[in-house]
Amino acid sequence: MNSKTQNKVAIGSLYGIAGLVVLILLALLGYILVSGVPQLSWHFLTAPGKAFLKGGGVGIQLFNSFYLLILAMLISFPIALGAAIYLYEYAKDNWLTTTIRTAIEILSSLPSVVVGLFGFLFFVVKLHLGFSILSGAFALTFFNLPLLTRSIEDSLRTVSDVQREGGLALGLSRWETVTRVILPAAVPSILTGVILSAGRVFGEAAALIYTAGQSAPALNFTDWNPFNISSPLNPMRPAETLAVHIWKINSEGIMPDAKAISSGSSAVLVIAILLFNFAARYLGKRLYKRLTSA
Amino acid sequence: MKEDILTTQDLHLYYGDKEALKGINLDFDEKGITALIGPSGCGKSTYLRTLNRMNDLIPNVTITGTIKFKGNDLYAPSADTVQIRKEIGMVFQQPNPFPFSIYDNVIYGLRIAGEKDKERLDAVVEKSLRQAAVWDEVKDHLHESALALSGGQQQRVCIARVLAVSPEIILLDEPTSALDPVSSSQIEATLLNLRHDYTIIIVTHNLQQASRIADRTAFFMNGELIEVDQTKNIFMNPANKQTEDYISGRFG
Repeated sequence: MNSKTQNKVAIGSLYGIAGLVVLILLALLGYILVSGVPQLSWHFLTAPGKAFLKGGGVGIQLFNSFYLLILAMLISFPIALGAAIYLYEYAKDNWLTTTIRTAIEILSSLPSVVVGLFGFLFFVVKLHLGFSILSGAFALTFFNLPLLTRSIEDSLRTVSDVQREGGLALGLSRWETVTRVILPAAVPSILTGVILSAGRVFGEAAALIYTAGQSAPALNFTDWNPFNISSPLNPMRPAETLAVHIWKINSEGIMPDAKAISSGSSAVLVIAILLFNFAARYLGKRLYKRLTSA
Repeated sequence: MKEDILTTQDLHLYYGDKEALKGINLDFDEKGITALIGPSGCGKSTYLRTLNRMNDLIPNVTITGTIKFKGNDLYAPSADTVQIRKEIGMVFQQPNPFPFSIYDNVIYGLRIAGEKDKERLDAVVEKSLRQAAVWDEVKDHLHESALALSGGQQQRVCIARVLAVSPEIILLDEPTSALDPVSSSQIEATLLNLRHDYTIIIVTHNLQQASRIADRTAFFMNGELIEVDQTKNIFMNPANKQTEDYISGRFG
């Protein structure tokens, strides 16, 4: 075989493999959307679920998913940001940082069900937080922290060292250089990373089953006092999320329209995550443009 | 006799075990341009970066000897690197404007130092950009991103950014080697304007550039300072054989 044919064969098989990946992806997405989208309606998106009758919705689960996501992000983002800044901008290569990095690697490859069980034993049982949004948010923080830290570290890496030198040579302290030059320059990339990790958190089920619980008590959407038990904002109430809901009705759902609700919920989940991804790209690009060519 | 603003005595610098500067003695008096020339790897950039302690950022660097700025030891334990770099500014090989507007780039140092007075900031922006000879080209889009400018304009904005914090010494590390000839000659013109008000030390690969703009030229080789003299003497009548070989293009 001469090198020209070799080249053609190689390109051909690479196209084939790439096409196969795209095909599988499209088939999956298509199946979920085709079977799920017809179930969607305003009622489905807002009504509370019904355990035994048909016609239930996923309103509470949807709200829980978002609330949990926001809480988890509020807890994990500052920690991840601090850790990433330390690791990339300050830390020297020594045994301590090697240990931290290894810990982050291990934590990020931990199966989420293990994170969930740890959350159950530690937050739910040991700290007496019960099955609650707070327990769930902490578990999600453990799940999210390593991914987010690495993504922010990568964002900092995209800012060229000449920027750091520029800042320091101008008589800025290292902290001023980081906060006033490097971070603003890294914002588009950090934002993209945050939204993408939000997508993963949003779809997470295993870490939440034993921490935020599998029940969705009725909520009173007129009561926004976080100390009342039926308030949507109460962080101590159990809160089944959309992803957990899908798992639950598929394993033990006894409502007559379980299949339809499961398909509809899956579609909502997938659409939400798609929206996250598109938003990440759009916002990242827009911000980058604003920063670079005003 | 004019007073020396910056003095270097027996300066050695090691990257790990490798000795990159082998005892440099070099003084600079106030104002004017000094060019540092020499073949690649001769230590001229390394030397430049010891003068505002940028080598601090590189791990495993050991420095011995004394550098004094207006009589104060730059490497004394009490020396404040932040303050040093305000007084000894630096322009790099690669233009490195921050990804902000031209205006924000120029006043960044001042703004972080706490200056809020809008009129004063405006005045500093105009003065610095004029000094850097780029005002006329950018005055109508001060609030657009500096990254949209050409390389030569970016480099002059970087010079303006350094001027805005009113340094006494400006270090330039091959500031034109990434630029086209037209932009390079604009930068040279800018530097010639500045030589009456600032002490300028420039590392350059370009011998013609050194001969065009420098009052004084120092020739480095293999981590040693071979010769330093008035530029005219270095180019027309060098005292040292190595200098002559280098200048006449016999190596390097």
